[in-house]
Amino acid sequence: MPELIAKSALDGRSMNVGGVTLAEVQVGPITSIAVLPGGTKAVAKGLRPLGLSMPEPNSFHERKGARIVWTGREQAFLIGVDCPALEGAAVTDQSDGWTVLALSGPAAVDVLARLVPTDLRLGACPVGRALRTGVNHMNAVILRTGDYAFEIMVFRSMARTAWHELETATHMVAARAGVKI
Amino acid sequence: MRVDGKGLIDRTKPVRFRFDGRDYAGYKGDTLASALLANDVRLVGRSFKYHRPRGVLTAGSEEPNALVEVVGPSNKTPNVRATVQEVFEGLVTQSQNRLGSLRFDLLAVNDYLSPFLSAGFYYKTFMWPRAFWEGLYEPLIRRAAGLGSLSGRHDEGVYEKAFAFCDVLVIGSGPAGLMAALTAGRAGADVILCEESHALGGRLLSDGGTIGGLPAGDWVAQVVAELEALPNVRIMARTTVTGAYDHGTYGALERVGLHKPARPNLPRECFWRIVAKHAVLASGALERPVAFENNDRPGIMMASAVRTYLNRYGVVPGRRVTLFANTDQARGVARDLMAAGVTVAAIVDPRPDASSVEDCPVHVGAEVIGSRGRLGLSGIQVRKGSEIIEIETDCLAMSGGWNPTLHLTCHMNGRPRWSEELAAFVPMEGAVPGLVAVGAANGSFSTHGALVTGHAAALKAVEALGRKVSVAVPEAEDMPYRIKALWAVEGTGRAWLDFANDVTTKDVKLAAQEGFRSVEHMKRYTTQGMAPDQGKNSNVAALAVLADATGRGIPETGTTTFRPPYVPVSIAAMGAGGRAEGFAPQRFLTSDQASRDRGAPMIEAGLWYRPSYFPKPGETTWREACDREVMMVRQAVGVTDVSTLGKIDIQGRDAGRFLDFVYTNTFSTLPVGRVRYGLMLREDGHVLDDGTSARLGEDHYLMTTTTAAAGLVMRHLDFVHQAFCADWQVRFISVTEAWAQFAVAGPKARELVQSFLETPVELPFMGEAPVRIGGVDGRLFRISFSGEEGYEIAVPTRYGEALFRDLVARAETMGGGPYGMEALNVLRIEKGFITHAEIHGRVTAHDIGMEKMVSAKKDCIGKAAATRPGMWGPEREQLVGLKANAPISAGAHLFVPGTEVHRETDQGYVTSVCWSPTVGAWLGLAFLKDGRARHGEKIRLVDHLRGLDVICEVTNPVFHDPEGEKLRA
Amino acid sequence: MRLTCPLCGERDRREFYYYGAEDYLHRPGEGASLAEWDSYLHLRDNVAGVVRDLWYHEAGCAQWLVVTRNTVTHEISGVELVAERAK
Repeated sequence: MPELIAKSALDGRSMNVGGVTLAEVQVGPITSIAVLPGGTKAVAKGLRPLGLSMPEPNSFHERKGARIVWTGREQAFLIGVDCPALEGAAVTDQSDGWTVLALSGPAAVDVLARLVPTDLRLGACPVGRALRTGVNHMNAVILRTGDYAFEIMVFRSMARTAWHELETATHMVAARAGVKI
Repeated sequence: MRVDGKGLIDRTKPVRFRFDGRDYAGYKGDTLASALLANDVRLVGRSFKYHRPRGVLTAGSEEPNALVEVVGPSNKTPNVRATVQEVFEGLVTQSQNRLGSLRFDLLAVNDYLSPFLSAGFYYKTFMWPRAFWEGLYEPLIRRAAGLGSLSGRHDEGVYEKAFAFCDVLVIGSGPAGLMAALTAGRAGADVILCEESHALGGRLLSDGGTIGGLPAGDWVAQVVAELEALPNVRIMARTTVTGAYDHGTYGALERVGLHKPARPNLPRECFWRIVAKHAVLASGALERPVAFENNDRPGIMMASAVRTYLNRYGVVPGRRVTLFANTDQARGVARDLMAAGVTVAAIVDPRPDASSVEDCPVHVGAEVIGSRGRLGLSGIQVRKGSEIIEIETDCLAMSGGWNPTLHLTCHMNGRPRWSEELAAFVPMEGAVPGLVAVGAANGSFSTHGALVTGHAAALKAVEALGRKVSVAVPEAEDMPYRIKALWAVEGTGRAWLDFANDVTTKDVKLAAQEGFRSVEHMKRYTTQGMAPDQGKNSNVAALAVLADATGRGIPETGTTTFRPPYVPVSIAAMGAGGRAEGFAPQRFLTSDQASRDRGAPMIEAGLWYRPSYFPKPGETTWREACDREVMMVRQAVGVTDVSTLGKIDIQGRDAGRFLDFVYTNTFSTLPVGRVRYGLMLREDGHVLDDGTSARLGEDHYLMTTTTAAAGLVMRHLDFVHQAFCADWQVRFISVTEAWAQFAVAGPKARELVQSFLETPVELPFMGEAPVRIGGVDGRLFRISFSGEEGYEIAVPTRYGEALFRDLVARAETMGGGPYGMEALNVLRIEKGFITHAEIHGRVTAHDIGMEKMVSAKKDCIGKAAATRPGMWGPEREQLVGLKANAPISAGAHLFVPGTEVHRETDQGYVTSVCWSPTVGAWLGLAFLKDGRARHGEKIRLVDHLRGLDVICEVTNPVFHDPEGEKLRA
Repeated sequence: MRLTCPLCGERDRREFYYYGAEDYLHRPGEGASLAEWDSYLHLRDNVAGVVRDLWYHEAGCAQWLVVTRNTVTHEISGVELVAERAK
């Protein structure tokens, strides 16, 4: 019988440069919940025991380690807990499809400004925002988890590229900090 | 020459730099131009066409003459404006566009040939004989063309791109820009203030004066200090806004590290995309030269530049300066010079009614008509009525008035408006939605006008943002702008309009004479405005000369359009992050490391990296490894990673109905636990993709797509769903990334598969079942892309690497092993399976012999179009096999033996080829006219590119096991 | 260029994929003539002015959009979700 050892895309890599921390994080199960026509009420009922509901566009909320993230029209990812049985929705396991990178530090937003064409100013993107957008050429889900903290979900196969891009941008931002006008 | 007590340079920080092999001293805060002038270096370049000696003309990014090469440790940057490049310790620069030394440029012979090199020279000269075009003329022109030279190596410098967002973008930090930024900043709006120079203040740093009772410099410092302290204001110095684009998007180029020695990770430049709700264009104005005979000598400069060098850099470009100007404003230059103790030889003012009261000789109603000095100005001739006056002078400060820097307002098709009063073009209001031009950029040339209009525009933006603010506008100079237009002084010699491209007034007149009367034609005929400065110094004067030559007014003559970028932008900056690894994401399989461990060369398949083959000791070519791997699969068992195939999870009561709609064949009737091959068309009837779909449950399917079309199919499904059946009970999502999937193929595949399942499963051909492997839930499919008995086993991606290593180890104990893309390709060609080499976008179901798969019982995407005339029938090129005893190639074309080989006799083309170790021949898949009826025929394969000419046999495309007995075993 | 996705908000053009005229939404029914199909598939006006085009929010929410845009002024006057458009 084969012994199957689980591996993440980046082996839990982390780094800290110029006050910016980048790390691969494990977030537990990820389940896509796509509400079928007429299924809204049934899904709401099914999520109630978790204290969660389908999030508004561009947002996520959390409760006791469980997080529900808007990922599209009538669609959300339930993260960190096993998905309860749900009526009225297509439920698909996405746990292995994504690599999650946590980026934090006062200059984290400057790092993302090198790669993400979306307004990430705190006013436009407050804590609790979930954006479907691009990180350079990669599709991504970006969560604003703190004033100075983001989580970035990318396709697992592209994790190394995502790391490379973020690492490069972090180094450039750090190098700039040493140059004053 | 440096002047004591003047300038904003840091005299405590001397800097050594190099120009043309000589070391010079400058100060921190100097530009290369100011530092060279401080060292009395006047000759800095050669002109483009005539190789005339040239010196610094301006003090800004519009500089047409002082273009140099900056030599770095690993790169060389040509055409750098010495007026923009800041000096730093160790900066190495050199002059360009010369043959020999700068002082003795051999190509200066062109200047003597100038009578032959006038406008249209190339068009007239290099016409005949035609045979000379490529062999002689082109190399000649190429050698003469261009300015600086490149290193010929990759630019290994670091470049950056970035995005920024704000409420108010202020472009320029002169009085108008600072006032706008202060107003918007105090109101709490998010402000980005871009300044092209390294210091904020604009002309205030050069022209002085007082604002609100403070010396202008102090006012600037005070405002900048306040702006720096505001958290909602971001100051971007050394940043030129280069373009205005749709919906509030602006491009901007920041010189991040160009003023420093190279450092690891420090970008040289950053190209910004700034999105602003409102923009205030406070870009000032550009002073314009006057065309007179020999007005291009080193030492002849813009008057405002002379003032800038004096007041910002503490440099005077000459010992005896003359001013030639037609506005009152320009008199300040002479006064500042005299106050600094510099001799002003004379003021020449063409306005007959101008004041003659200055502390130096003033010639009113006079014009400069000529100059002398071989490598630098030594004297000028002035005409005053009938009198000719010789003046000894080594620096002529000239000013023909000002042109508002309105370029950005033209970037979205706005046409500037001619102002008779200012003798200049002013911006068309509203030409760029959200952008308002203020201050000198809008023709308000006084400091007072700048402050008032900057404040007003910002206030309007602030109010539109729903904010309020009250900011007092300080008192400042409000001198009226009184100009008498002077474009060109009459004379017989050459008078330069476009210094950079060597276009003189004669050239423009010649263009008009030869019929190029439209300003756009004149521009292209003379190349005026097409140099690196893009006509910033010459456009208006050139069209004034054209207007004069054609007897029209300037408004009738019109102007050419300004397009982005406002200043040259290096390709490296615009494409920052897009080179090498940044070009596209790399997608890696979970088996990637295991494959590399075995020495497999990885090849790109779309964005994925897949093993090409797995070499064994003793194998010297890829073919040896490939042939072995093919026979291994045919005779024992092979393992390969197929995770790159697109996988789409489809659920809902209408899932089957949805598949019936997107596939040509029927899936709603597929039993649970079975797999079916499906063909997908585009709505225009051509094949989009193919693949297998499994029914995992009553309302649950798993579709696979080809690797190449995974994204395309997802987009297509989204379209069909959202456009035509959004209300159906169906939802789907990609699970490509969630599963690692491996193909196990060969006569021993079943034995291998059973060896690792917790509970053995017997699957029929095209069957599917959930399985458990080592405590992990997976899926098993019995499908084959090789023609052998085949399985595909899927596990959650995290277990992919472990399972792959295990499968390969097991296969090896059975005489098998891993196989790569090469073998996979041979196996599928032998079996006649198609890929996107065949379904390349111009192929119908009929062409590949699958017309029977288009169900007659239901509608599907592409069905109607597939029945249109021309989409089927014997005139179509149909999929066939080719068999040959000599190498053949994909891309070759097919001809009937004995016919001539040309386009009209073309019978088809080859899409895939391989050497088949199984069949012992070269095999190909091809599209041949009426091919299905021609099996057994001989056909001639011709590939001019590779020099192939081979007679092949046309066959059924399935070479191996045509009855499919092995698959179903 | 900026497009305002009804779900995601204002975004940069690079997140979107352009397809073509809104006409693609009006698929002929079964039994339509070949001429109708020809018109549906291939015949398009080339309008200087207001057009309604299909865009796909590819790097965003994966929704297809009908964008009303003026090809002369570049003004975008409306963006609707294809899936929720009034039929």
